[in-house]
Amino acid sequence: MNKNLGWKLAIIVATLLVFLFGIFGVPDSWSRSGLLAAMQNRIHLGLDLKGGTHLILQVQVDDAVNADSDRAVDLLKEQLRVRKINYTDVSKPDPVNAPDKIVIKGVPSDSVGDMRSILGDRLPAYDAASGVDNSFTLTMKPASLVDLKTRAVQQAIETISNRINTLGVSEPTIEEHGLGDYQILVQLPGVDDPARVKIILSSTAMLEIKQVKDGPFPSSQDALQKTNGLIPSDSMLLKGRGEGSKDTDEAGDQYWILARSPAVSGGDLRSGGATVERDTNTNAPEVGFALTNEGGRKFAKFTGEHVGERLAVVLDGQVREVANIHEQIHDTGRISGGGMTEEAAKDLTLILNSGALPARIKYLQELTVGPSLGTDSIRAGVEAAIVGMLAVLIFMLVYYHGAGINADIALILNLVILLGFMGYFGAVLTLPGIAGVILTVGMGVDSNVLIFERIREELRNGKTPPSAVDQGFGHAWITIVDTHVTTLVSAAILFAAGSGPVKGFAVTLTIGLLANLFTAVFVSRVIFDWILSRKQRGDALSI
Amino acid sequence: MEFFRNPNIDFLGKKWYFLAFSLVFSVAGIFSMLFWHGIPLGIEFRGGTLVEVKFAQAPDDDAIRAAMDRAGVHNAKIQRLGSVTSDEVLINLSAQETNEAALDEGKTKIINALETNVPAGKKDLNNVSSLTLAEDLLVRDPLHAGTDANQRYTAQAQAIIDYRDKVKGGVLSSMDDLKSAVNPAIDPAVLASLPDGFYLSNFGVRNVSIVGPQVGSQLKKQAWIAIGFSLLGMLIYLGFRFEWIYGVAAVVTVFHDTLITVGAFSLMNKEISLTVIAAILTLIGYSNNDTIVVFDRIRENIKLMRREKLSDIVNRSINQTLSRTILTAGLTFITVLALYLFGGEVLNGFSFALVIGILIGTYSSIAIAAPILVAYQDWRLNRGKPTGMASVKAVAGRK
Repeated sequence: MNKNLGWKLAIIVATLLVFLFGIFGVPDSWSRSGLLAAMQNRIHLGLDLKGGTHLILQVQVDDAVNADSDRAVDLLKEQLRVRKINYTDVSKPDPVNAPDKIVIKGVPSDSVGDMRSILGDRLPAYDAASGVDNSFTLTMKPASLVDLKTRAVQQAIETISNRINTLGVSEPTIEEHGLGDYQILVQLPGVDDPARVKIILSSTAMLEIKQVKDGPFPSSQDALQKTNGLIPSDSMLLKGRGEGSKDTDEAGDQYWILARSPAVSGGDLRSGGATVERDTNTNAPEVGFALTNEGGRKFAKFTGEHVGERLAVVLDGQVREVANIHEQIHDTGRISGGGMTEEAAKDLTLILNSGALPARIKYLQELTVGPSLGTDSIRAGVEAAIVGMLAVLIFMLVYYHGAGINADIALILNLVILLGFMGYFGAVLTLPGIAGVILTVGMGVDSNVLIFERIREELRNGKTPPSAVDQGFGHAWITIVDTHVTTLVSAAILFAAGSGPVKGFAVTLTIGLLANLFTAVFVSRVIFDWILSRKQRGDALSI
Repeated sequence: MEFFRNPNIDFLGKKWYFLAFSLVFSVAGIFSMLFWHGIPLGIEFRGGTLVEVKFAQAPDDDAIRAAMDRAGVHNAKIQRLGSVTSDEVLINLSAQETNEAALDEGKTKIINALETNVPAGKKDLNNVSSLTLAEDLLVRDPLHAGTDANQRYTAQAQAIIDYRDKVKGGVLSSMDDLKSAVNPAIDPAVLASLPDGFYLSNFGVRNVSIVGPQVGSQLKKQAWIAIGFSLLGMLIYLGFRFEWIYGVAAVVTVFHDTLITVGAFSLMNKEISLTVIAAILTLIGYSNNDTIVVFDRIRENIKLMRREKLSDIVNRSINQTLSRTILTAGLTFITVLALYLFGGEVLNGFSFALVIGILIGTYSSIAIAAPILVAYQDWRLNRGKPTGMASVKAVAGRK
């Protein structure tokens, strides 16, 4: 055996060992179940095999835009007041379709310069266009708008990740999804009851404490009657549930008139400050919360000024609690009401502690695979893989005799490399991924057939075995590259456009075919050379 | 062993038969797409709600339909999965009945409709999640556990759910089944406490897909773009490697394969799901393989046999590569057939597409791709122009 060949054989054995380690690592035990467990540790199964929930949600980014322009409107009014500039109106004409549009009307001509400097200094994110009668129309600069929306999606991803981590789901995926439609993909392995998770995920958790101006009223009409059909602009009408009607679902709605701007809001909550507590009298679960120093100061000032009045705890636009202010309160409060169950109290603390979502969430897709279906899929996939693989291996032996062994070794090594690679890079094996493995076997053997057929042809044309092998590999090489490239182009497009299971298919197919270039060309050639080196000149080649 | 030793078949002479064969299948497929079944789309593309339910025994479709009607779920399509005696049923709501504002409403209604005779205050053990089960055990505390209660009940709940899903296929027919769970075993005290909080329905939900219209149309667009880019990618690569007419011939051939495969789905009213699209994209790459092998040989032979007619060269090339073409396609076909027969329900559409596609792809690389080259040359000759076929681009590194 020549020295070069020895090196090549060493490379092959080393590759085999490296990728076997990729598949199994160092197993705890060498029994069948030990190896299986070691393999499952390294090669992760996709949702379609393990069971779990796959959600696509969309961040309603216009909410974040509206929040920003609301702040801008407040700031403008404040500035105009401070600088003593008259105006007839500052408002948003169309919050639904143009959430970033603000119109300022009736600014006197001699204040236009001042107005411009306010806009330039304080609202750099907005473009201002002047209109008739000294009106201004503000719209957000496109770059700022994109930035705001992107940040809203990022913040939503962060908040959702926090909530899911607290729920204790292992190996979740939370990432941006789709082509710029503000979508988020959430994959929760092992969760087959998405209903509860969805409530936890989509609660915006906007916590506010507001001064109660009037109420409760049994209906919104009653409230309007009291205020002569018009809610003052510094107040708002909100729905809530009364004390005495915790257990009934619909009869208990009450309406309150509350101050528009909150005394403290979710941002003032101390991190991890929400806890499950118990009512001292009824022992019913409720949620207590603690405020930050800054929030505590604000709250103390507010409660100090309003002793004897009432405050309301508002969550996601719903009045959850109304309490009398007996004395100045510094930094704690509680939410009960609504007949909270143990589960609901726990979920609410989780939501409050994870922070508020910047915008509402809409669900676009929910796919749930039960673990029983996943188990069946694994069984079927593995069965098909074994049957397909055995059929190919046996056929190659029967059709090509000695060279068939060569092809079979190359094929098995191809599989080892494919699975080992997946183990090293944490690629996820999905059911279509298993199909990709099977297809790799079928397509990978193409290269061997191509080479063997060419060698047979050269032998028929009277070439000696070494020269036939040489010619066979030489001629087939370009064709093999061509056929691989076309399939790889397809796989790359699949990887780019697909998601979840389909992506898993593209991954296994791509790695499988790349590994095939090594096994079918290099490994198979080395084996031929090794066989030829042991033969006498003139011996026939078994092919 | 050898199947083909020096075959000498006049493939080009049979081109009219091939054309007729392809036309019949293409036209049948197109007619079905236009006037009969349309292009049946999977839930991912058309949107809607799909709930796959496994029953303890093969259920009565009419009873399910009646239960749905009582619960106010109208227009539900009920399909048996597999044979008539199968215990699995697909319950389908159209996209119109799937409201994006309350996406899972339809699913909840369907599941509630199937839950009959629910004992008050009890949960269905066949459809409970391990999270809820663990919480329930924690509240009732049958083991009188101490500080590690959370951990112990989570493990017990997981053991119960695993036994239900992995050993019993998702449906327990009696709580006593759980007694035979081993590794991990379920504590008898936990087992004894289960009937206090749970009952058993006669079904388990195996799979739920709820797709809003927005995602559906987005995926449809992506699928078209992906198929378009694949074809374009092939055209560019083959145009670069060979001459442009080879690329055009290969892409026309692959388009023919895709058309017939999609047509087969339409004719058989099988749904085209995301994985079927993946299969079709794979086919676009794969059916080119055979075509490339034939083209490679044609190019090689054009250099060797400069005097001969192109049609003879093409015929010779096809025959020379025939053994290889049939073998490789046959081997891939074997694996795909294994997938179709043993791969289970989820991959059924995927492997069906591959089975059809590989058959058609192999046929077309012989019967469609090569004749296009000859037809192009004949057309050029008739117009009195040089063929340009023999001027083969040199390929670097080629032996």
